[in-house]
Amino acid sequence: MAEAAPSSTVTPTRADLFFGYAKIGLLGFGGVGAWARRVIVEERRWLTERDYAEVLGIGQVLPGPNVGNAAVMIGRRFHGLAGALLATSGIYIGPFCVLMLLAWAYQTYGQMPAVAPFMQGIAAAAAGMVIGMAAKMTSKLRPPPEMIAVGLAACGAAFWWRLPLPLIVAILAPVSIVLAHRRLPPAVRRAA
Amino acid sequence: MRDEILWQLVLGFAAISLVSVGGGIAVLPEMHRLVVETHQWMTDAEFARRYALAQAAPGPNVLVVGLLGWHVAGWVGMLVATISMTLPTSLLAFGFAKFRKRMAGKAWLKVIERGLVPVAVGLIAASGLILARGAATGWVTGALAIASTIFVWRTNYSPLWVLVTGALVGLAMGV
Repeated sequence: MAEAAPSSTVTPTRADLFFGYAKIGLLGFGGVGAWARRVIVEERRWLTERDYAEVLGIGQVLPGPNVGNAAVMIGRRFHGLAGALLATSGIYIGPFCVLMLLAWAYQTYGQMPAVAPFMQGIAAAAAGMVIGMAAKMTSKLRPPPEMIAVGLAACGAAFWWRLPLPLIVAILAPVSIVLAHRRLPPAVRRAA
Repeated sequence: MRDEILWQLVLGFAAISLVSVGGGIAVLPEMHRLVVETHQWMTDAEFARRYALAQAAPGPNVLVVGLLGWHVAGWVGMLVATISMTLPTSLLAFGFAKFRKRMAGKAWLKVIERGLVPVAVGLIAASGLILARGAATGWVTGALAIASTIFVWRTNYSPLWVLVTGALVGLAMGV
């Protein structure tokens, strides 16, 4: 089934928006992307698969976390400003409270001799996790050579040359968008 | 003095938020510049540890700013940094929601999306390298970082296993 009929989607109440997004936030260990799709499309059926992908696509193009941007747009769509506020606070408040607890624990126990190497071990693993994530995204996307060059340039500019992010984005994003456009089949290219 | 620091947090993170292509992790190099290089509020290693601590919490990755703000100015700093990082982009998304129907499924939107991906991936790689510079200081932590890179890259297991292993190895080092 490519796309569900419109009648199969459910309009969330204001409370649904808050609690649905609170669930997404609190379950989202290592990122909320996978859970957001699962809760919104599969479990609660607020949006169809295609609808959600479209909202997420716009969220991706705007600055900020794509799932957070999608929360604002989905909240607004169902309940206006109140909906946007409820969905957004739902996704941020739970994890924020957990972070407060962690910050407190770190402040209280962080100086203990056993905690420093413990945190150092997690930090080293987390660093590798981020590099591994970039490597995995690259292998999955199998980008053409010019896109790999753009990625390497962004990485080098941020890590070795320490250029400011606005400058990196201002230079590389237009170049990369033009390159992406050139890769499209001619028929699609005319439409874009 | 304290007010001045809070304003630096507000302006710094709001500015980063508005150029955060690809979400929270891609802007780590810029956060590092703000809190480690420009203001020298913390060291490389402390920065890497704050990030690791944030990984132990669920939720969107941008929330790491809360821990950076907390390090700089306590609970108020945590709240101020989090709001500065999330509010500007949320307002922007709210404004754009109106054009959603007009934008949805458009070919040019797909092209922009595709064009931004390599930039975001490159920035994420830079984030990882910056974190590794702060965290992988000895040969054990270096090996740990390399092993977790390969694990996350080559397998489909949850990355949480990597963090658990890192914690256990860290504990063993401390004993």
